Amino acid sequence: MIDREYEALEAAFREALAARGIVTDAEIAERVEVLYGRTPELGGRVVARAWFDPAYKTRLLADGSAAVRELLDLDIGTLKLVVVENVPGVHNVIVCTLCSCYPRMLLGVPPDWYKSVTYRARVVRDPRGVLEEFGLALPPGTAVRVHDSTADMRYIVLPARPVGSEHLDEAACAALVTRDAMIGVAVPSLQS
Amino acid sequence: MSAPCFHAGDRVRVLDLARTGHVRTPRYARGKCGVVERVCGVFGNPEELAYGRWNGAPIPLYRVRFRLADVFPSGAVEAGARDDSDHDTIDVELYESWLAPETTA
Repeated sequence: MIDREYEALEAAFREALAARGIVTDAEIAERVEVLYGRTPELGGRVVARAWFDPAYKTRLLADGSAAVRELLDLDIGTLKLVVVENVPGVHNVIVCTLCSCYPRMLLGVPPDWYKSVTYRARVVRDPRGVLEEFGLALPPGTAVRVHDSTADMRYIVLPARPVGSEHLDEAACAALVTRDAMIGVAVPSLQS
Repeated sequence: MSAPCFHAGDRVRVLDLARTGHVRTPRYARGKCGVVERVCGVFGNPEELAYGRWNGAPIPLYRVRFRLADVFPSGAVEAGARDDSDHDTIDVELYESWLAPETTA
């Protein structure tokens, strides 16, 4: 019933904005369509390019938003993207403990579990336990870096290119990069 | 006003301010000490923007890195059985008005 309550609130708010001429229904519909048109496949292309082009990777880590615009010719609005790289000895994972901030303009709609109170509360207190539940076993000697998107930045993880993918081209590698790998609760594998 | 007071590598303490409203400083970080990982730039203050006050000066935003064990001591006990958790960290975005140099009490 809570969902229906929020639905009613959202509708009332949207109608009030339209009635006052602040936004039109058409503008809202257009933004919704843009958002639903974004999928993790876009992020996968960014990651794969970084795997294949070290100079691109350098630019991506220095300024994520500029590097995404350069590669995808995509309207990402005011997105301030920070890309955090998994390297031997360091694994990154993303959360928004205060609400559900997520790089929607690049990856689209977040999964429900990302927005759940359980994930948000637990991944900061016991990231290793949560990663274990996702089926992710970290190599010994790996430190976990949790990133809490509390303000204006949005994050994706640049995972490591999987061992055994050496014979694959860039497009095939991009297909290995899952949404969960870019959140940091998984790593790309040849089985995915 | 908007030139950042802190720089990457500076040790800072998060203030425990009794502010209400659209505050973006998680409770778990308040009173804790960490290291500035980077200066993110200057941004509108959400504590003002959320209430329709658009004219305030933009304020510096930082990413501050904390040892996870400093922020969640009890979590560290739970994780004690797990390997390598000693070096685990958490990065949080914090606005300048919530930060002080670590050396101040």
